[in-house]
Amino acid sequence: MKKTKVAFFDFSCCEGCQLQVANMGEALLDVLDLIEVVNFREVMSERSDDYDVAVVEGSITSPHGVERIKKIRSIAKVLIAYGSCATIGGVNGMKNNFELEDIRKYVYQDSAHHFHTIPTRAVHQVVPVDYFVHGCPVYIPEFVKVLKSALSGLPYRVPDDAVCTECKLNENVCMYEKGITCLGPITRAGCNSWCVNNGNICYGCRGMVTNPAQKGQKDILDRYQIPMEWIENKMNMYNKARENDLAEEKKNNEQKC
Amino acid sequence: MSRNVKINVEYLTRVEGHGNIVVNVKENKLEDCRLDIVESPRFFEGMLRGRSIFEAQHITSRICGICSCGHTLASIQAAESAIGFTPSEQTTQLRKLLLHMETLDSHILHIYLLVAPDLLGVKSFVPLINTHNEVVRRALRMKKMCNDLCDILVGRHVHPISCIVGGFTKLPQEKELDAMMDLLQKIQADMEKTVELAATLKFPEFQRETEYVGLVNDSDEYPFLMGDVGSTDGHRVKKEEYRRVTNEFIVPHSSAKHAKWNRSSYMAGALARLNLNYKKLHPKAKALADQLGLKPLVTNTFLNTAAQLVESVHCVEDSIRLLNEFKEKGVDQKEAVSVGLNEKGVIPLKAGIGVGAVEVPRGILFHEYEVDDKGKIINANCIIPTSQNVNNIEHDMKKIVPEILDKTDEQITLLLEMLVRAYDPCISCSAHFLNVKFINR
Repeated sequence: MKKTKVAFFDFSCCEGCQLQVANMGEALLDVLDLIEVVNFREVMSERSDDYDVAVVEGSITSPHGVERIKKIRSIAKVLIAYGSCATIGGVNGMKNNFELEDIRKYVYQDSAHHFHTIPTRAVHQVVPVDYFVHGCPVYIPEFVKVLKSALSGLPYRVPDDAVCTECKLNENVCMYEKGITCLGPITRAGCNSWCVNNGNICYGCRGMVTNPAQKGQKDILDRYQIPMEWIENKMNMYNKARENDLAEEKKNNEQKC
Repeated sequence: MSRNVKINVEYLTRVEGHGNIVVNVKENKLEDCRLDIVESPRFFEGMLRGRSIFEAQHITSRICGICSCGHTLASIQAAESAIGFTPSEQTTQLRKLLLHMETLDSHILHIYLLVAPDLLGVKSFVPLINTHNEVVRRALRMKKMCNDLCDILVGRHVHPISCIVGGFTKLPQEKELDAMMDLLQKIQADMEKTVELAATLKFPEFQRETEYVGLVNDSDEYPFLMGDVGSTDGHRVKKEEYRRVTNEFIVPHSSAKHAKWNRSSYMAGALARLNLNYKKLHPKAKALADQLGLKPLVTNTFLNTAAQLVESVHCVEDSIRLLNEFKEKGVDQKEAVSVGLNEKGVIPLKAGIGVGAVEVPRGILFHEYEVDDKGKIINANCIIPTSQNVNNIEHDMKKIVPEILDKTDEQITLLLEMLVRAYDPCISCSAHFLNVKFINR
């Protein structure tokens, strides 16, 4: 059987999701029996412009990045957005909370003009994406599922219920019961409530469910007397770039009318 | 024979992040020699403004996937110091254990997957799967075990979950301590094989003395988590005065700021730490250092990888010591903290400024935050080891290029790549960093 050629690319990110691949241990060798990795700059010097599947980590935050991702899209038959920075903008989106000029000057002072930057965008906000692997970092069991789907040409459905569903099954005490705000009720499941299992809160790294139980969430906030802005502020940590989707949606709706 | 060399390595591989090496030699004269940092800036310091100090660790851990635990610990140290919180003894010891695991994990990755291919004459670990299957399996196994250790202690290695301002949200139970000990003993066995392999590897010859900078202390402990900032030139300052050390300046060709202290540049990292604190190494690690000929002052940059190996042995042995102490005393589960955004005011707040200085795998890392009395971040500054090293890397390149002009372009390129890689640079970390461009030689 001819092996599928897979290439890994990184844009603006911490490269932690790529590292998750190296963290698979000897199981990685089984994966390498099925695919031929032709690009993986973090661990390989080999390079090639001939690949079937592109796994893309990171957000698009520079004009150069826009050109690069377009080229990758034109070569790859299948494009997988890999990790929160790629799928929803992730923490890079927080930059969009500020005026670009202001934030550039804050970090680089007088030399700010050397550093070109554009508002953070998720990969699908620049080019079409075939598969999404959410999470900061990605949850390897889910990546393996997505990779299998991509290799066999089958669709992968990202879970669209809330993290709470998994959290309940894991028998965690609800953070709200402890008086602590948590984004579990409005965030996509699929991580097996990783953070809450370890005593922390959900930060919303997998993005918002498509149809959040708004009334239910409002009831929770009322019951525990939590101001809405706290939730919004927390959502802005990973989900700020969602505004680009909403703007696009609005534009499309206007065109329809 | 007069020689022209033009090297232009775009997107240096087997390093974390994006950088270019540029070298231009015209008629034997070095006209240009630099390391361009082309990573898109991510503006972390700017983004932190207005966020809660209890979110700082979560956000800054995302600066780097490889040293996310190190960023976490530097961030927490700065945050706790800013709000005037003193962690418990148990918390401090657990943090030391976590830092050991990350150092070990990162060093293993660098030694086996990033450097060994150069020394064995291949382009990556992939061809080694066929030629050195046992070695690759051992590397991946060790990496996975380090990862499993972090899973137990903090939920995962990449972006740890339970290690926060105030302590840990979840503490290891007795059976988890046993599981960690079991993993460490297996790593210890693999480490012996690693040391045997390392003895067969030959590092390139090169000497350039520079200032070596890292944490120093007055105790017997090889400092990773706490201490003052010191150098092999005999200087020492409190961590709060780190700006006197880093003296960051911006150069046009790179998005990483450059640093210098008492000389034109300085080096941070495993070799710097070994040069500063050799006497405090675990006896087994010290014996290995002696066997590898690493006696301060070591001035061959390529030996940073050998120093990482020595530190790996130290981390395994010291982790076992720490774990044994925990097993003896037990872990007080009552110390687990649920903080969130401190909605319940579990941790008292005050306005202030705090600095964290932690030895992460690639060298000393600084975080500094200023917060208001509500715990909101007003100002933030992070100075990453690779940023501090870039200037020193360029000085190394300037010294080595004229010494190797008798080699072919390919050989020169490879040596320069190996030189840069020896620093184990973390470019996306320097958020503001690596490719080799030879222009003309």
